[in-house]
Amino acid sequence: MRTSPTVRGRVAIAGIGETTYYKHGRAPESEVALALRAILAACADAGIDPRTIDGFASYSNDRNDPSRLAAALGLPELRFSNMQWGGGGGGGSAAVGNAAAAIAAGYADCVVVFRALAQGQFQRFGAAPPAATASGEAALTFPYGLISPAQRFAMRVMRFMHDHGIRPEAQRAIALASYHHAQSNERAVMHGRPLTAEAYDASRFIVEPFRLFDCCMENDGAAALILVDAERARDLRTRPAYLLGVAQGSEYRNGARGHNAPTYASASFTTVAPRLYEMAGLGPKDIQVVQSYENFTGGVLMSLVEHDFFAAEEANEFLTPENLIAPNGRLPLNTSGGNLAECYMHGLELQLEAVRQLRGESPNQVPGVRAAMVISGPMVTPVSSMILGSEAAL
Amino acid sequence: MSATGAYLPAGLPRPVPEPDGLDAPYWDATRRGELRVQRCRACDTWQWGPEWICHRCLGFTLDWTAVEPRGVIYSWERSWHPVHPALRGHGPYVVVLVELPHAGGIRMVGNLLGDPMQTVEIGADVEAVFEPHDDATPPFTLVQWRTT
Repeated sequence: MRTSPTVRGRVAIAGIGETTYYKHGRAPESEVALALRAILAACADAGIDPRTIDGFASYSNDRNDPSRLAAALGLPELRFSNMQWGGGGGGGSAAVGNAAAAIAAGYADCVVVFRALAQGQFQRFGAAPPAATASGEAALTFPYGLISPAQRFAMRVMRFMHDHGIRPEAQRAIALASYHHAQSNERAVMHGRPLTAEAYDASRFIVEPFRLFDCCMENDGAAALILVDAERARDLRTRPAYLLGVAQGSEYRNGARGHNAPTYASASFTTVAPRLYEMAGLGPKDIQVVQSYENFTGGVLMSLVEHDFFAAEEANEFLTPENLIAPNGRLPLNTSGGNLAECYMHGLELQLEAVRQLRGESPNQVPGVRAAMVISGPMVTPVSSMILGSEAAL
Repeated sequence: MSATGAYLPAGLPRPVPEPDGLDAPYWDATRRGELRVQRCRACDTWQWGPEWICHRCLGFTLDWTAVEPRGVIYSWERSWHPVHPALRGHGPYVVVLVELPHAGGIRMVGNLLGDPMQTVEIGADVEAVFEPHDDATPPFTLVQWRTT
């Protein structure tokens, strides 16, 4: 295994943990305390002493820096600290990949991937920053009332739906599947709050083509994953979720300012997804369940197309609630409720759910999962995605 | 349309040139009713948004070339939720992404003037309307669009 040019099969997720997921602004304690609780929960799940941790990886400029966490936890030594550049949820899978690379390269032995958000204590994503002026890229959009993430991405989705004749019902199916799954997940913020097609259709537009239920929640909480070498993971108490593949990035000039990305009507995965499959040695037909970051349902739609689960022209027929709901759908999607209905833990809750599916512990378990995909952060740059597998998939 | 003649109400973030001066020629030109964007002196590549280097030939000499202020709608959105205090109670408005085929297909963000509930068609022809904000500090001019 040590001669492998990639990290495929060499690192595993051995522990997962999260805090209670709270509505936005309702966390009863500080964001850093939430981060620490999630990390301790992940250690308990893995059955390891927290003092075993020697590295941290996160994304989206998480405010809780590794040196503070290492001091707070009394770690004997900090060996790896890593922040994946880029905003939104695009770094969720990349952070796992970065942590795994550190372990495979020998920089560290036990790396935590974490994300903590208590936005009531800081600035929300979906509201304008308080600045009176805008410069740089913001000067090209903010004065025109194009400020929030929903507004930033709506035109990408509008163009994609226009190009391929995709109907609003395709986005609706993604929202309905997430809410359906949340009803059997007691962790979910929207547990006990089912969504019907009628309620979706009656909901207000945030920015066309996104209605209220096409948009993620904003929540408070924290989540964490423990990564260790695959051999070591086999000796721990949980069933290892092996990293089979991970890729990050974006296509040619995706970051061109002022909405000038050449491949504009895209979730940014057109070059990332082929690399993911190549590393994993798998194709879309080998994936039994998908967790796909929903900032907005239209981004999920494009992400699934770009990961080759169906062609854009097939979106209307493929994206139905029946096809997306566990256990019997063709492609069970966001089986915890995800960002729409479980918790907006900036997508890290999706990584935890992928691990649960591989362990057979999901509240919406898909039978016989050998490979589970996580897609992180559509429409931002860089994005990332990963495939986790069971022992049988190695 | 607000009392000042602007499409959106006052109080949204005001555009100011970047401290390093990169986009100052664009904003200066809009004050004169001109649409100027970057074009590489060495290889004629059009470039928007602004950057210090030509993405094609990697030359650092970029001119600010005047372009005919017209284009076609590449994409659009109608925004309903007031994401900024200045937009509370305002109602929906339309943002368009306009492609300039005569300038290498660069795209510009603006508002589509007129009825916010108008039918917006991708591919429709539009022309620029310069919207001055003379009383702002510093004064600035936005580039808006209307169908032709």
